[in-house]
Amino acid sequence: MHRTAYLLLADGRFPSGGHAHSSGLEAAVAAGRVTDLAGLEQFLHGRLSYAAPVTAAFTAATHLSAARTGSAPSATESDVTVPFLSLDRELEARTVSPALRLASRRQGRALLRAGRNTWPSELYGQLPKHPDGPHQPLALGVTAAAAGLSTEEAAQIAAYGVLTGPASAAVRLLGLDPYQVQNLLARMAGACDEIAAAAAAVAHKSPQELPAHAAPLADISAELHATWEVRLFAS
Amino acid sequence: MRADHAYDHDETVPHTHPEPGVDPHPPLPQLDRAVRIGIGGPVGSGKTALVAALCRALAGQLRLAVVTNDIYTTEDADFLKRAGVLDSARIRAVETGCCPHTAIRDDISANLDAVEELEDALGPLDLVLVESGGDNLTATFSKGLVDQQIFVVDVAGGDKVPRKGGPGVTTADLLVINKTDLAPLVGADLAVMDRDARARRGTLPTIFQSIAQDPHASQVAAWVRHVVAHSRGLGHAGAQGDSHAHSRTHAGAEGHSHADAQDRGPAPAGVR
Repeated sequence: MHRTAYLLLADGRFPSGGHAHSSGLEAAVAAGRVTDLAGLEQFLHGRLSYAAPVTAAFTAATHLSAARTGSAPSATESDVTVPFLSLDRELEARTVSPALRLASRRQGRALLRAGRNTWPSELYGQLPKHPDGPHQPLALGVTAAAAGLSTEEAAQIAAYGVLTGPASAAVRLLGLDPYQVQNLLARMAGACDEIAAAAAAVAHKSPQELPAHAAPLADISAELHATWEVRLFAS
Repeated sequence: MRADHAYDHDETVPHTHPEPGVDPHPPLPQLDRAVRIGIGGPVGSGKTALVAALCRALAGQLRLAVVTNDIYTTEDADFLKRAGVLDSARIRAVETGCCPHTAIRDDISANLDAVEELEDALGPLDLVLVESGGDNLTATFSKGLVDQQIFVVDVAGGDKVPRKGGPGVTTADLLVINKTDLAPLVGADLAVMDRDARARRGTLPTIFQSIAQDPHASQVAAWVRHVVAHSRGLGHAGAQGDSHAHSRTHAGAEGHSHADAQDRGPAPAGVR
């Protein structure tokens, strides 16, 4: 059991760069699509339906690969790195917006820095090198493995993070009642658990078969947001 | 008037002189990375103007880069680029998601990434200035991000600010009280600010300055040169473990008796 490690990695205060990102909420607020708690609820249900399955499944699959190679000392280098390369390419293909690719990699790099310092491990070195960093779900999967967490726990943290990032941004951007926002998150807990469980259940599949949900409006909004002269969040 | 006294050497201020012809600093071995100095302080206190002044003073002497943290993303970086005080390739902006203090204290990853990107792109550097977004009196830099920090307040923000204290005023390695030229216009009593800063800061140095009158921020630039020299010679702990007499260069309320640092060799005005 690694309950405290699990809570550490899930904690919004874990210094992994997430505070600078609103996961599209800033763009939605500016467009008038989210103005209040009810709007936030719809926005978060949207995030849970398209972003969470992909993020959680890629996190879980990365965790499984990392946990396997970590327990197979005779594995060759290509045995170790090929699954991660494939996961990276598949997730890149599922992330249509260049702005969101960059946001994912920047957050992955920040998480990797925090993970390396918190749970030192050779596992991090298996991730494919990229100048902007690894995609965030890959960084999360490897960090969860280094922390000794299970695939289910890794998926749970991923799905949870998809909700809490924009929820926290909403409190800052809209001045929403923080208790009502926490109440909303609590009401969504069951749906979040289901997404996490489904993601863990497909973690063994090949990267090509992992979920590939998309939300074109979120991609377009992210591209527009990246061009704003004045914005509060990086994405 | 400041101009009359700008180059006076105030013997009433406790200080030491280096032996003539002797470099008081240890030899400078190879740096393993650039010195990082954080510049924080409330909104509008003159942080960006100070960074621009330091660029004017130091860009020709040190391999320098700047990271800005804006609430509104790239505003300060754009100002520095427009001011033409530093090649725009040497300036990078970090976005902070409504939380400038988080980015310099609690979750420093984006700033560390920016510093490393600058080092990767530009090669070895001597100095990286990290400017925080305008925040409040409690915002300080993490020691995981910077080696030394400067806290900037201004006389127009009220002469009570040093007395109010807070970690920025109390613990910063250098306190800069800015815009002294405005003191008569806003009714700020520099003697009160001087007294309160001394009471809050013990032996830590404070510099009164007006960038309108001294566009190269000579004293602060001298302090920065000193930090860079020491960190080169003493490694990471050097700047903190400095045993030199860091006597303050508090100007008196009317005196402004700042000696000229630039002609004085390696020991700057703020650190004599």
